Amino acid sequence: MSTDTSPRQAASRMAPRSMLVWGLVAAVGAACWAVLALSRGEEVSALWILFAALSSYAIAYRFYSRFIAYKVLGVDNTRATPAERLQNGADFDVTDRRVLFGHHFAAIAGAGPLVGPVLAAQMGYLPGTIWIIVGVIFAGAVQDMMVLFFSMRRDGKSLGQMIREEIGTVGGVAALIAVFSIMIILLAVLALVVVNALALSPWGVFSIGLTIPIALFMGFYLRYLRPGRIMEVTAIGVALLLLAIVGGGYVEQMGLTDALTLSPNTLVLALVLYGFVASILPVWMLLAPRDYLSTFMKVGVIVLLAIGLVIARPVLQSQAVTDFALNGNGPVFSGKLFPFVFITIACGALSGFHALIASGTTPKMVAKESQVRMIGYGGMLMESFVAISALIAASVIDQGLYFAINSPAGATGGNPVAAAEFIRTLGFTINPADLTAAAQAVQENTLISRTGGAPTLAFGISLIFTKAFGGGLAAFWYHFAIMFEALFILTAVDAGTRVGRFMLQDTLGNVWPRYADISWKPASWSASAAVVGAWGYMLYVGVNDPLGGINQLFPLFGIANQLLAAIALALCVTLLLKHGKARYVWVPGIALAWDLIVTMTASWQKVFSGDPKIGFFQQRSVFSAAFDQGKVLPPAKSIDQMQQVITNSTVNGVLSAVFALLTLTVVASAIPIWIKALKSGGLSTTEIPHQPSHLVAPSDFFATTEEKQAVREYEATQRELAGSGGRR
Amino acid sequence: MKTALLRAGRGIRWYVKQLTGEAKWDEYLDRCRRQGAEPMSRRDFERHRAEHQENNPQARCC
Repeated sequence: MSTDTSPRQAASRMAPRSMLVWGLVAAVGAACWAVLALSRGEEVSALWILFAALSSYAIAYRFYSRFIAYKVLGVDNTRATPAERLQNGADFDVTDRRVLFGHHFAAIAGAGPLVGPVLAAQMGYLPGTIWIIVGVIFAGAVQDMMVLFFSMRRDGKSLGQMIREEIGTVGGVAALIAVFSIMIILLAVLALVVVNALALSPWGVFSIGLTIPIALFMGFYLRYLRPGRIMEVTAIGVALLLLAIVGGGYVEQMGLTDALTLSPNTLVLALVLYGFVASILPVWMLLAPRDYLSTFMKVGVIVLLAIGLVIARPVLQSQAVTDFALNGNGPVFSGKLFPFVFITIACGALSGFHALIASGTTPKMVAKESQVRMIGYGGMLMESFVAISALIAASVIDQGLYFAINSPAGATGGNPVAAAEFIRTLGFTINPADLTAAAQAVQENTLISRTGGAPTLAFGISLIFTKAFGGGLAAFWYHFAIMFEALFILTAVDAGTRVGRFMLQDTLGNVWPRYADISWKPASWSASAAVVGAWGYMLYVGVNDPLGGINQLFPLFGIANQLLAAIALALCVTLLLKHGKARYVWVPGIALAWDLIVTMTASWQKVFSGDPKIGFFQQRSVFSAAFDQGKVLPPAKSIDQMQQVITNSTVNGVLSAVFALLTLTVVASAIPIWIKALKSGGLSTTEIPHQPSHLVAPSDFFATTEEKQAVREYEATQRELAGSGGRR
Repeated sequence: MKTALLRAGRGIRWYVKQLTGEAKWDEYLDRCRRQGAEPMSRRDFERHRAEHQENNPQARCC
């Protein structure tokens, strides 16, 4: 692999002025970290976290990602990318780097980086902050960029394909099963977040429900009225969406309150039906327009939140590190700081799911190899920034209220008096009247035990926006934030179900070829039903879990996501060794080692822990012993609920064990290859050989003067060629 | 000042058009013009794109 030398020379020629600038950035970062590390018991502004994050990202991007791109991976701009070689205007398509950055970011960022940090805030703001920032720099962004690079060098092969070809069939099959089952858990947990946000919230149900006709209208508009006018229809859609949020405030006047106050189980049924129908409808009707809406909402809210934070300058209400971090008795989820902070915050620090996106459409659209740095590493830094904003939003809420919102109903009793008493036992204070007032301020029936992270985040965002932009619009902002989260969770559910269906059809197609035909209705419908059924069942389990679905399922989702990351990082280690780059193997190696330590400890505890709050099988045996004697253990309230706890803990325990075993299978099957590659100094891989690139495009977000000049010259020759009827 | 704002506005418009894929149509027209081919109608072109999307679903992450 030859290396483009010019950027390296540029690095060694670092000008005095840029040394000064980077020195300043480093000083700002160090100061922010010092304040965060040393402040105890005084008022700490949230901006310290924000600026600690931004300066750390800047330094990591400038130095570490550059090192990885040019030294470790050896990006080579003289090599034609698959987009250049195989350009077909459809999947292989040379795309402007900034546009591709947008595409990639829209695909990786969703509700994950918003929910995880909110839940992890029960341990204080410091553990989450450190993990989000350090984790993204040394693990998450490294994984995303490396997988993107390796897939790009293999014409955009998927993670599963690469593992099968580079590690072996056993690893490949284990990876395939892992990816599929992790996707099911992911969809179930995301859907659970929506159910918890919308249950008993007529305003929320009204606004989110209206997104379906709005998206359908947009779909028909684009199909029949004015094909292709996406910007126009998106503007109309966003306006309608805002009207839907405002309109939700009038459900009472419209007399719809009773009709729209839905129980969690009704919502489960509605979501399952919706997921099935949405995944078999043509994409133009619902999925594509919904995707436009959710992308715009996503970008809009992130920008607004960053501006809002700077204007409002909120003070952190949470402690730096709470007692729950050390004793593991937190009500939001059980377990100590290690390993559970690193599990709860997956997206935003390290997310295995991104490896699927980075080996999907993105590698087929990269114009120049050096751009994997800004797209892979840069895209993940941006996602991490979203996670930091979410963590801040959760940490500026009064802590009594935070725990009242996030403790399971079994603990709070669901009413203000009992909840206030429970909060007191945790060591915080809040009046029952304050709990009622907080709910009224955002026009919700109640905020008690609205677990899942979305209501907490929405409340935090509404606090920040109200302080920043004024106007007493707390209830509007709250539902605006709920809409924003629910919208892209529903998009993820649509898209995920469809991807799962394709995977299932493809896999079963190996046995029965006709089943792989995606246009054959019996196959596509039955595969859709199977996927929806699988996540629908897990969703049902979560919604009806007396111990609290989020409490039980979120750690499972986090572990699954991080295990997928271990699989992806194991592939990166394998490929570096095969390419004879053993001296750089520590780059994905430290990320892999840390991730394995965290996930294996967490899986071990989830399976074998003797504490029934953590270990699923211990939970099962405690509850089933009581069940056999006909006793009802709290928080279960009936013998039926006892039965439910027993079933759920068995399902969850088995899943934890299976996920961990699948990952270990992949890693174990990679180790012999590592040894072989180390002994022989490298092995052959499926990398596509070097073919010269003719295309000229800048590498980074901002083009340098030389790059601009080179692009101008290139474009001039292209025009000449075009004028003489040459190739495009 | 005014020109800078105009330029920023044009930049955003270009970006959004690219990001949504609306610009694909203009690129297609350009390509046809250069190759001297008769372009298909916009309706057909967009159907083509939807068809491709139909068979190549992209996962949305967490």
